Amino acid sequence: MAKSKILMTGNEAIALGAIDAGCRFYAGYPITPQNELTAFMAKNMPKAGGVFIQAESELAAVNMVLGASAAGARAMTSSSSPGISLKQEGISYIAGCRLPAVIVNVMRGGPGLGNIMPAQSDYFQATRSGGHGDYHCLVLAPYSVQEAYDFMFKAFALADKYRNPVMILGDGMLGQMMEPLQLSDNRKTGNQKPKTKIWMLTGCRGRKPNVVKSFYLQEGDLEKFNLTLQKEYRLIRQNEQLYEGIFLKDAKIIIVAYGTMARIAKGAVKKLRKAGKKIGLIRPISLWPFPGNIFRRLAASPKRLSFLVVEMSYGQMIEDVLLSLNGKSPVEFLGRSGGGIPSEEEIINKIKILMK
Amino acid sequence: MKKIFSYPKSLKNVPTHYCPGCGHGIAHRLVAEIVDELGIREKVIAVAPVGCAVVAYDYWDFDCCEAAHGRAAAVATGIKRARPGNIVFTYQGDGDLAAIGTNETIHAANRGENISIVFINNAVYGMTGGQLAPTTLLGQKTATTPEGRKAGSEGFPLKISEMLARLPAVKYIERVSLHSPQEVIKAKKAIKQAFLNQVNNLGFSLVEVLSACPTYWDMPAKNALDWIRDVMSKEFPLGRIK
Amino acid sequence: MPKIVIQKDRCKGCLLCISFCPRGLISVDKSLNKRGVRPVKVDTKGECLGCALCALICPDCCIEVFK
Repeated sequence: MAKSKILMTGNEAIALGAIDAGCRFYAGYPITPQNELTAFMAKNMPKAGGVFIQAESELAAVNMVLGASAAGARAMTSSSSPGISLKQEGISYIAGCRLPAVIVNVMRGGPGLGNIMPAQSDYFQATRSGGHGDYHCLVLAPYSVQEAYDFMFKAFALADKYRNPVMILGDGMLGQMMEPLQLSDNRKTGNQKPKTKIWMLTGCRGRKPNVVKSFYLQEGDLEKFNLTLQKEYRLIRQNEQLYEGIFLKDAKIIIVAYGTMARIAKGAVKKLRKAGKKIGLIRPISLWPFPGNIFRRLAASPKRLSFLVVEMSYGQMIEDVLLSLNGKSPVEFLGRSGGGIPSEEEIINKIKILMK
Repeated sequence: MKKIFSYPKSLKNVPTHYCPGCGHGIAHRLVAEIVDELGIREKVIAVAPVGCAVVAYDYWDFDCCEAAHGRAAAVATGIKRARPGNIVFTYQGDGDLAAIGTNETIHAANRGENISIVFINNAVYGMTGGQLAPTTLLGQKTATTPEGRKAGSEGFPLKISEMLARLPAVKYIERVSLHSPQEVIKAKKAIKQAFLNQVNNLGFSLVEVLSACPTYWDMPAKNALDWIRDVMSKEFPLGRIK
Repeated sequence: MPKIVIQKDRCKGCLLCISFCPRGLISVDKSLNKRGVRPVKVDTKGECLGCALCALICPDCCIEVFK
């Protein structure tokens, strides 16, 4: 018998996914368009025996998460673009302290206060260490409510595995839309005791005191620490590249899009295929590490290929596509931002022009 | 012959980086003594600030967490909520607690977080070179108030303890000083009370400690202590505030 | 008789202990310590009260008191 599905928004699915993945500490601050997430946490986190705090600011929220994570809790925060800018301080410290944590960015238009329309203009901030210092967040981009839920399990697992912040990069559209959702078979319900890994702050019973810090004053120490981060990042680049590819085998033009934009692009690809056009799609799922390997593989094939990057920004992910292809294939771009979203039609028209 | 005064167990036997006559050394020792006396060394988690005491974890022999400048109360909130069975305290300077971290301080207090805060007020930024602090006295010369603090442009010394005392969720606030051995004993009693309140789940406690910074007050150490006694404690009166 | 022991190499020379010794038994040493400062020394012939005022005010935990 097929399991029953429930209908919820992307924001709620992220929150439920987090709780089901064992997250028992949430601190956030209201901002549109992610408020359903915070409200869901307020209602359901205490029921799961966890902690919900509406913090006094994004700065406080992310630093509460830092503390909770240092103390062994599965901890997360969420916000939208302007709030994520404020959280960058804490994210840098979380990375510097080598703490696991999940940060959700339901992106809206910017710069500045921008607007509350969906956007993908925080790609640079998410993938290039948005705060100060030589670090990276792992970044996952769900494109459906189901993935919004499922990726929370993956995000916490990755955060623990690499002791590194993981960002879920969605947008206002994904956050607000409702879709049926299949719950996991591995839901963690009820109280989840904080973990006790050797580095955690639990009180120094039976061991030497632990220190969670990111400050390395002695000459050479910080360089050494940063090199250990780089070693981890190499592993992450090797092991954690995720993408979805469709019609790649015979495609002449491959559209590259992630998140909400990939949903629209997928519709366009299907229509173009029906019309006999050899169009494929790469949907990067991990934005950092960027799934560059598939691009390198495709570019190395003898057939002539070109790429069309479509974004809800004026060109951010395209830089990773260009870097991955390293000049071996032509790359075109279609993008809008500030609340403008490239439509199926605009994509199809662009492809038609390119095929001329 | 019995040793009646020595190093507390919770203080590592290493020299500190503090300047001669700096009050941090005394305050660190008091915290360590209290942790030992309450038998909570294996339960305590300190949150170290950004400021002169940034490397307090090099001196205390128990679990410590660094916090970004001003965020100690938020970090402590996270730790304490995740592990209510542990004893969590922050140790913060005036710039950290009463300037960049005012928001975190006020709201942790207003939520009545069951944490203890040791607030070192030396009326100046030490780590960065003696700039104006929120608690700098009127007329006091600093690197950024070369003519002395003026109310018209820099405002008045911020009395954060008195402000916090107005919040209903705050359990205990006292202002103490380290300007004489007698005051050091009183300071210890107050800090111990703040820890005991937490042990007894009574809620938010803060002890403001007037502490000397001979280097940036540009005084010999003893004159600095006398300045606390004669000048600073007039602006920041000692005693129980709540 | 009570006595104090000063760890000279920890001393930073703030001299606060000198100000608070009721018997005036603490003074500045002539020789430099490892830190390169003139540390304090105690007159071991004087009658120490074991009041520990010096130890209480010492910011660097240089002084141990025996009674």
